[in-house]
Amino acid sequence: MMPELGQLALALAFCLSVLVAVFGLAGAQLGRMRWMAALDSLVLGKFIFVAFAFVILTHAFLTDDFSVAYVANNSNSLLPWYYKMSAVWGAHEGSFLLLVLIMAGWTLAVALRSGELPRTFSARVLGVMGLLNIGFLAFLIFTSNPFDRLAPMTPADGADLNPLLQDFGLIVHPPMLYMGYVGFSVSFAFALAALLSRRLDSSWARWSRPWSNVAWAFLTLGIVLGSWWAYYELGWGGWWFWDPVENASFMPWLAGTALIHSLAVTEKRGTFKSWTLLLAITTFSLSLLGAFIVRSGVLTSVHAFAVDPTRGMFILAFLLVVVGGSLALYATRASVIASRVRYGFWSREAFLLINNIIFVVAMAFVLLGTLYPLAYEAVTGGDKISVGVPYFNAGFVPLMLLLAVALGALPVLQWKGTPPGRLWRDLRWMALASVTLGVGLPLLLTGALAWQACVALVVGFWILGTHLRDLWQRGRRGLGRVPLAYWGMFAAHGGFAVALFGIALTSVLSVEKDLRMVPGQTEQVVGIAITFDGVAPRQGVNFVADRGTFLIEENGHRYALHPEKRRYLAREMVMTEAAIDAGFLRDVYVSLGEPLGDGAWAVRLQVKPFVRWIWLGGLLMTLGGIIAVADARYRRLRRRAAAPAGAGAAA
Amino acid sequence: MSRASLFVPLGVFLLIVVIGFFGFRLSDPHSLPSALLGKPFPDFSAPLLDDPARLVDRSALLGAPVLVNVWATWCPTCKAEHDELLRIGAETGIRIVGVNYKDDRAQALDWLVRYGDPYEFVIEDRDGSLGVELGVYGAPETFLLDADGRVVYKHVGDINPRVWRDDFEPLLADLQDD
Repeated sequence: MMPELGQLALALAFCLSVLVAVFGLAGAQLGRMRWMAALDSLVLGKFIFVAFAFVILTHAFLTDDFSVAYVANNSNSLLPWYYKMSAVWGAHEGSFLLLVLIMAGWTLAVALRSGELPRTFSARVLGVMGLLNIGFLAFLIFTSNPFDRLAPMTPADGADLNPLLQDFGLIVHPPMLYMGYVGFSVSFAFALAALLSRRLDSSWARWSRPWSNVAWAFLTLGIVLGSWWAYYELGWGGWWFWDPVENASFMPWLAGTALIHSLAVTEKRGTFKSWTLLLAITTFSLSLLGAFIVRSGVLTSVHAFAVDPTRGMFILAFLLVVVGGSLALYATRASVIASRVRYGFWSREAFLLINNIIFVVAMAFVLLGTLYPLAYEAVTGGDKISVGVPYFNAGFVPLMLLLAVALGALPVLQWKGTPPGRLWRDLRWMALASVTLGVGLPLLLTGALAWQACVALVVGFWILGTHLRDLWQRGRRGLGRVPLAYWGMFAAHGGFAVALFGIALTSVLSVEKDLRMVPGQTEQVVGIAITFDGVAPRQGVNFVADRGTFLIEENGHRYALHPEKRRYLAREMVMTEAAIDAGFLRDVYVSLGEPLGDGAWAVRLQVKPFVRWIWLGGLLMTLGGIIAVADARYRRLRRRAAAPAGAGAAA
Repeated sequence: MSRASLFVPLGVFLLIVVIGFFGFRLSDPHSLPSALLGKPFPDFSAPLLDDPARLVDRSALLGAPVLVNVWATWCPTCKAEHDELLRIGAETGIRIVGVNYKDDRAQALDWLVRYGDPYEFVIEDRDGSLGVELGVYGAPETFLLDADGRVVYKHVGDINPRVWRDDFEPLLADLQDD
């Protein structure tokens, strides 16, 4: 009975979405105040119904209702309760329900916080989001129903959640990612509303900025969590693999990063208007691509299409309508009037344009590398090919280094133009210092010179140096007077530099040893003594494990690490659970391979200096995005708008 | 900026859609002929993966039909086809020679220890120069050479049981009949 109620709730939410779309778009077009006034309650109703369906699915998981096909395929009575909850979004159908829930939540948030906007504009925003909701809900109900029953052949127990996903990182990673994907639908809706109402001045950019920043922050956090999860859960010690699933979330991030910078220029200087609109459309289109194709399995193989053609065709049709429709609207409505704002090369505008170009090129590069194998498989009728890490690194690393060089110059640049002489005066010592530090530090610390690391360190110091110098100059009148938006930028740019340090240093300095070890054997890895103390069996809740013990002695400090080889009972799947001693300056990473007889085991020992900095940098970027939104400017905006909102409605 | 330029994004998108559509519909499977087909395997001189001091050249591939398999540790598809190569080597006894393409030597050697070594020997092509000569699109790719070192067949993508049965086995049977 309960699952049927969930299905009913989804159907009702679908109907409400249709009403939201019609009342929002037609209401704004025809100027029907009462239609537009109904939007808020419709949006609230839709959220409640979707949330209800989500609660019901969660309930089905917690109560082991294996008559529901999705529960039976992705849960097991032995599963701990918190994994039963996260198993709700452990596979395609449920993760899509989560996506729809988050979408309904964002729509509600927009409805609640759009009081400052002209009523017709916010009605169009909600109407566009309603249209998207229709598509999402139709996909869920017609092709990916999480409430499908297995009755009358209810299995006695479920097939279990994929052990890879039985992990804290995976409880939080997808929701964050979806918050980002769907968050960009708000930027998209604002852009489309601007096109529909022909309000192509900078006001839509001002309204859309906080939403885009929040979406970007969530997406950043989602990607960081995903990378961190891959690092400790996949057991190889890698943190980024350029695999299609990662790329699917990375492409909207690249486009979204370009978007939030372009929005800033549009708001502050009134230029880049059409370009910003296009970026908003692109970012959301890529989010859509990412959200749709990752869990539906299309990215890993085109065969997923063959298995379930309706799903694949729906995705293609929906993408075609959303992307094609919005680009057609852009083509007919965007402004062709060249803005009168002039700027020279040594200006913030020009450098933000460089930022935009680099991010868009990087995105196109990743897109090509991700889709080429798919296209190849389709064209050849099933052959597979890997583009691989060398391709991505060859293009991506130089682009990011170039970006870093431009970023370092940004704090000194002014809008419109900066005298080159002043640039030279302000930056020459900083340039010299960053080159000295970047080359000198590795020489001093390791006695060796890896040029890749040096380049990355130099540009990292360059960014930090110029930003700190700028902060110091602004802060002389009191750090309290530095606006939060500036702190946000400072944190995000600093985070970029920190991540750069982490990536460069861990790539160059990591030491990895694959060994056969017998109990009692001691190995030295860069001065850290690691002694293998044998393997003992351990019984987990839903798995049995071989639990290794490694005694580590590092600079007189002793501790033990326990990597495991787990066999999950329901799926008969073997998983490597690495043991990590995490540290600010280095990680010690031990993973257990295969038993080699006579008590000996294949063992992988790794020392990875500065690997945490990669995620630390990502967290700083996330923090920067959030801080920027908290800026007083936006609160002022709301207060100012609160009074005339009623007057605007009457007019 | 003219109004027409605003249609460029839409045009690009529609172009991708059309190409994608026809790509899926009209494609002729396996229509990637190699310029090398029927021609001698190019001359080369490259170090061995496990003994970089030793160089091998084209003469090492002569004498009997041989599979030349281009692989790398960064290539998940290579991992997928690895078991099939081991099986083919064990069951048919055909010579299999690896070309380790744009890879890291230590990782490649580790891979062979970890997953098994189907290769008679592995040629190291660290900078991909042999790959350029061979017209490699990406890994994995596999060439079938006759006893005189001529390229009889080239397969792009993984070798799975179906590919082996339908494409390679008939050709190999012809070669062994001659």
